[in-house]
Amino acid sequence: MDREQSHGVFTGLLRRDLKLAVRAPSQWLNPLLFFVIAVSLFPLGIGPEPNTLREIAPGVIWVAALLAAMLAQDSLFRADFEDGSLEQILTSPHPMSMIVAAKVLAHWFITGLPVIILSPVLAVLMSLSFEGWWALLLTLLLGTPILSLLGAVGAALVVSVKRGGVLLSLLVLPLCIPVLIFATAAVKTATVGLSIEGQLSLLAALLAFTVTLSPIAISGALRATGGGG
Amino acid sequence: MQTQRILYNVETQSRESLVVVPLNSSHPDTMEYSDVDPEQVMLKVERLGCERNDRTLFAGLNFDLKSGELIQVDGPNGSGKTTLLRTICGLLPVDEGKVYWCGEPIQKNRFEFLSQLIFVGHKHGTKDELTARENLDIDQLLAGQRSPISADQALTRLGVADCRDQLCRQLSAGQRQRVALARLLVSVGRLWVLDEPLTALDQAAQNTVRDLLSNHLDNGGMVVITSHQKMDWDGLLKKTIRLGYG
Amino acid sequence: MWDWFHRLGSPKYFYGFAGALVPWLAGLCVILFAVGLYLGLVIAPSDYQQGDSYRIIFVHVPSAWMSMFVYVLMAIFAAIGLIWRVKLTAILATASAPIGASFTFLALATGSIWGKPMWGTWWVWDARLTSELILFFLYLGFIALQTAIPDRQTAWRAASILLLVGVVNIPIIHYSVDWWYTLHQPATITKFDTPSIHLSMLIPLLIMAVAFKVFYITVLLSRARAEILDRERKTHWVQDLVRSEQI
Repeated sequence: MDREQSHGVFTGLLRRDLKLAVRAPSQWLNPLLFFVIAVSLFPLGIGPEPNTLREIAPGVIWVAALLAAMLAQDSLFRADFEDGSLEQILTSPHPMSMIVAAKVLAHWFITGLPVIILSPVLAVLMSLSFEGWWALLLTLLLGTPILSLLGAVGAALVVSVKRGGVLLSLLVLPLCIPVLIFATAAVKTATVGLSIEGQLSLLAALLAFTVTLSPIAISGALRATGGGG
Repeated sequence: MQTQRILYNVETQSRESLVVVPLNSSHPDTMEYSDVDPEQVMLKVERLGCERNDRTLFAGLNFDLKSGELIQVDGPNGSGKTTLLRTICGLLPVDEGKVYWCGEPIQKNRFEFLSQLIFVGHKHGTKDELTARENLDIDQLLAGQRSPISADQALTRLGVADCRDQLCRQLSAGQRQRVALARLLVSVGRLWVLDEPLTALDQAAQNTVRDLLSNHLDNGGMVVITSHQKMDWDGLLKKTIRLGYG
Repeated sequence: MWDWFHRLGSPKYFYGFAGALVPWLAGLCVILFAVGLYLGLVIAPSDYQQGDSYRIIFVHVPSAWMSMFVYVLMAIFAAIGLIWRVKLTAILATASAPIGASFTFLALATGSIWGKPMWGTWWVWDARLTSELILFFLYLGFIALQTAIPDRQTAWRAASILLLVGVVNIPIIHYSVDWWYTLHQPATITKFDTPSIHLSMLIPLLIMAVAFKVFYITVLLSRARAEILDRERKTHWVQDLVRSEQI
C-alpha cells in the first residue's frame, strides 16, 4: 500500500461523505437548526436584558453547540453500519485510523463549520461585544473539532445500539467538560478586555491531544462493535 | 506496488505477488493469479467456535481452503452461517480457535489478508444516495488492489449498465445486489466471501454469478459462500460445511 | 508465580479461590469497620471549628478515594482484557462498576450532608464535589453502555474502550474543574483541606480507608462469583456444582 493510494482513500472518502451530506441535507441541517433555536430560547426564558444576556452568552452558545454536536454525531457511523458500508470499511486493508480521520473531518465540515459560520448571528442575538464574538469564533474553531472527535468515539461505541443517540450523549458529554470550561472562560475573559492566550493554548493542547489519540480509540471501538449486527 | 512485491519475495516465494491479467478485454471477467500452487492451504480454520448471546452457534469447526476451491456453508436460519462468514472476515472477534491466512492468524496478518479479501455481505454495503458507479468507485478505493476492470465494465458484466448513473435507492433489490456483486470485479481479491449472493437475483443474473465464480475458481481464486439455492453446479462445489445439525 | 496467575485467570479456579477467601475478608472487614468507626466517632476529639460534623470525613474521604481507585482499577482490567484476552477481567470490571458507582454516590451524598451545616445548603459547586459528580456520570455511562449492547463479548470490548478513554480524560477533567473553581471562587476555604490533621483523626481515617478497601474486595469477589456462575452456567463444572448443592 503506497502513500499515494492511501491518500486517494482519504480524499475519496472525504468526498463521498460530503457528497452524501449534500444529497441528504437533513442529517446536518436539523442539528444546526436545533442549535439556533436552542440559543434563541434563552432570551425568551430569561429576559431580553442585554447585560444578562451578555453574561450568559458564552455558556449558552457553547452548551447549545455541545448538544447540537451530540445530535449530529449519532449519524456519523450509523448510516454506514445500517447499509453495510461499515463492513466494507472494516474489511479494507487501508489503515483504519486514516479512514476514520477522513470521516470525522467530513463530519466536522458539515456540522462544526456551519456553527462557526453562524456565530456572528448568535453573537448579535446574545448581545455579545465584538471582542466576545472574536473569542467565541476562535474557541469554536479550536473546540468543535475536539467535540467531533470525542463524539466520534461515542458514535463508534453505540453504533450497533438501536436509538443510541441518548446513550451517546451520556457517554461523551462528561468528556467534553474541559472544552466547555476553557472555551467559555476564554469568551468571558475576552469580554472584559483581557488576554485569552492562556485559554486558547489550553484548547489547542487539548485539540492536539485529541487529534492524536482519538482515531485509535475510534478504530478500536468500530472494530469492537461495528462488525456485529 | 513495487515495494510490496519486493517485500513478498523476500518473505516467501509462494506468496509472491499476483500478476493481474484480464481474461480478455472485450469480455472482462475475473483475474488470473499466476502464482497458483494448488496444494497450498490458503485459508485455514481451526477449532473455530462461536457463542452469541449465551448460545453456542458452532464449536470445533475445522476446514481449509486451497486455490481454486469453493466452500458452501449450509444450515437452517439462525444456525450461524452469517456469523461464521463474519468471523472468517475478521469482522467478529474469534472467541475460540483460530483463522489462518497463508499460515498466519488473520489478526496478525491483517493487511495481507484484507488486501486479498472481498466481502459481499447480507447488507450490501452500497450507499442509497450514491449512484451505482460512485458506489463502485468507493469500493475500488477501499480495496487493496484495483483491477484493470473499470466500474462501467463491471456494471455491464452484471447487466446493470443502464442504471450506472441512477441513485442506488431508485434501484430494485435485485439491481442493488448486482451493483454490490460488481464489486468482485473492480478489485483484485483472491478470497471472495459471499453471504447469500443469489437471493434477489433472477435466473439470468444467477447464471452470470455462476460464471463469475467458475472463472474465479479456474484462475486460482477461492470462494466461501452461503446460499439457500441448491448448489449442484457441476464442478464448482468442493466442500460443504453444515451448521446447526446437532 | 506466573503459573498461579494463569490458573487464577480461569473462571473455575477463581470461583473456588474467591469462595474460600470471602468469609475471611468479610470478618476482617467487620472488625476494621468496628474499630475505625469507634475510633473515629467516639475517641477522636471534636474539631475546634466544625464541631462534630467533621466526623463524616471518616466515610466521605475513604469513599471518595475508593471511587477513583475503582475506576482506575477497572481501566487496568480493560487494558489487560484488550491485550491478553483474559476472560476474568471482564467479570471483575463488570462486577466492580456498581460498587464503584456506589462509592461515588456515597462520596457525593456525604459531601452534600456535610455541606448543609457548613455552607447552609445541600449542594455547592465545590471543585472536588464537581469532579466527583463527573466521575459518577462516567460510571453511569459505563454501566449504560454495557447494558445497551446485548452480546456480552461486544459489550465488554466496547465498554473497555470507553474505560480507557475515560481514564485518560479523568486527569484533564479534574484539572479543568479545579481551574474553573479557582476562577469563579478565589480564596475560599477548600473543604476537608486540613493542613495538618491530628494523629487521633488520621489513624481512624486510615483504618477506615483500609476497611473500605477490604469491603470492596469482599463485595467484588462475591459479585464476581455470581457473575461467573451466570456466564458459565452451561459448563459442566457449574452444572455439577448446582447438582451437588441441591442434594
